[in-house]
Amino acid sequence: MSGHSQIEVRVGEIETVARDIKRFRLEPASGTTLPLFSAGSHVRVTMTDGAKSFCNPYSLMGSPTEGASYQISVLKTAMSRGGSHFMHDTLKLDSRLKISHPVNLFPVDQRGRKHILIAGGIGITPFISMAEQLSCAGRPFELHYVIRDRGRGAYASDLTAKYGPRVRIYCRSDDEQLPLSRLLDNQPLGTHLYVCGPASMIEGVLASARAEGWPNENLHTEHFLAPPVGEPFKVRLEKSSLSVNVGERQSILEAVEAAGVDAPYLCRGGACGQCETNVLSADGEIVHNDHYLTSEDRRLGKKIMICISRFKGNGLVVDL
Amino acid sequence: MSVGRIKSRPIYKGLVPDASAKRHLIVAEGEGAEAVAALEAKASYGFLERAAIFYVVSGARGQEHKSRLEALGADVFYSFPSIPTLLFRLNGVLTTATMGVRLYVSGTEGFIGQVLQAALSHGIDHQCVLTEHHGSLARRVQCIHCKGFTEMVKTNLVKCEHCGITLLVRDHYSRRLGAFMGVSADAETPGELPPSQENFP
Repeated sequence: MSGHSQIEVRVGEIETVARDIKRFRLEPASGTTLPLFSAGSHVRVTMTDGAKSFCNPYSLMGSPTEGASYQISVLKTAMSRGGSHFMHDTLKLDSRLKISHPVNLFPVDQRGRKHILIAGGIGITPFISMAEQLSCAGRPFELHYVIRDRGRGAYASDLTAKYGPRVRIYCRSDDEQLPLSRLLDNQPLGTHLYVCGPASMIEGVLASARAEGWPNENLHTEHFLAPPVGEPFKVRLEKSSLSVNVGERQSILEAVEAAGVDAPYLCRGGACGQCETNVLSADGEIVHNDHYLTSEDRRLGKKIMICISRFKGNGLVVDL
Repeated sequence: MSVGRIKSRPIYKGLVPDASAKRHLIVAEGEGAEAVAALEAKASYGFLERAAIFYVVSGARGQEHKSRLEALGADVFYSFPSIPTLLFRLNGVLTTATMGVRLYVSGTEGFIGQVLQAALSHGIDHQCVLTEHHGSLARRVQCIHCKGFTEMVKTNLVKCEHCGITLLVRDHYSRRLGAFMGVSADAETPGELPPSQENFP
C-alpha cells in the first residue's frame, strides 16, 4: 500500500537564508530531471543518521515548472527529534538523500477569482511556489507574511522585489499586526484564502474568516507536524500478530515499519489522513496530535493517526 | 429501465439559516416559497434585515406565495415573471457581491440547477449553497446528441425538442449544465422503445 518509489537526490546548494533557516537545492543524483509539481506540493525527505532514520515532509519552493532541481527550506527547531538538526548540522554539499515524489495536499483552487495567501514564519515555503504559479497565470493574489523579527524573515526581500506591492510584510518585533479584519472584509465573491504557519495563527485566521461568513470551501490550510517525543509504549498489531515497542523519539508508524509491517501513509505530518488506523482496544489514553480526525472521532476513540499520535497506558491494539 | 445510484444525482439537504453569513440571498420559485417561509421561522432575530428575497411567481398558488413572502419584510424583495428574468437580476447582484454572502435556493430541480449554474460562474462552490427541492420533480434534460435542452420533462422517455430523437432520461447530472442527461432510447434497435412511465411528476 505504501510502496512509494523514491528518488535519489544530491545536495547541490546550501544557503542560510535567515536565522535558523537553511535552503537546500536538491538535484537528481542520476542526472535526469525531477518530476514537475503543482504549487503547494511537498516531498518527504528520508534522512539516515547512523542507526536513526527520519522522514519529514517539506514544501517545494521555486518554480513548479523547473524540473532541474527542487528547493526546500528547513527551520532548525529546538524541540526536534533530530530531523532538522540533521539537515542543518550533518548534511553537506553533495550529500545523498532519498525523497518521495511530490504530493500536493495544499493546491491552489483554480476556480478562485482572487487568492489571499497568509504566511507565518517558516509557513512561507508553500507560498513561494504558489505566488510564482499565480503570477505566471496572471491571477490576482496577495501575499501577507508575518515574521517575528527582521532576522527571521526568510525570502521577505526576494518576494517583495519580485511581486512588489502584492507582498506585505508584518514584523511582530516592530509591533506590526496582520490586518485580518480588513483582509476579510469586502473581498469579491470567489476569493480563496490560504494560511500556513504556527497552529495558533492558523486557528485564529480560520476562526475569523468563518465568523465573517467565509465558507469552508474557500479556506485552505496546511500544517505539518513533527511527531512529538514522549514516553515509550507498546502497540499490538492484531492482523500481523505482532507487538512492537514505540520508542520515545519514534512514531507508531516508524516502529511498525521497523518491524517490517507495511502501513499506509502519505504526509507523515498529521495532515493528510492516509494513515488513519482503526483502534480495536485501548487500555489508556490516545494522545491525538493530528489535524485530521474530528472531535467526534477523538471522543469515540476508535481511530488513531499513527504517523503522529501517541498512547499513554497499558495496551493499545490496532487493526494492522 | 431505471438507472439508480448515480453519484452525480444531486441531493438537496434543505434550507437552514447560516448565522455567520453577512448577507443572505434567498431565491425561490413556485412552491419553493414554502421553504423560504420555514427558513424565516428558523432564523434568529435580524436575519431578514440582511436578507434579499428573489421570487419567481409560478404555480397555482404563485400570487398567494408572492404576497406572503413580500409580507415577511426582508431588506429587499423582488418578484419575477419567469426564471430567465430572475437569473438576469441574480447575475447582476452576484457580479458585485462579496465574500460572506450565502445563497439559499428552493424550487423545482430545473430551477435549482440553473441558479447553481449561475453561482458556479461567479466562483461560488456548490457545496456552500443551501438547497431545498419543492414542487414538481420534472427535469431539465440535455440531449447528448444535439446538445439541446428540453425543460420540464416528467417521463422517462421524451422527444428532444430540438432534433426529435426519443431520449431516455438518466440520473446522470451535470452541475455545469444544470441538467440531466438524455440518451437515444432506441439506439440498439431503432423503433424498439422501453415502456414510457411518468417518473418525475
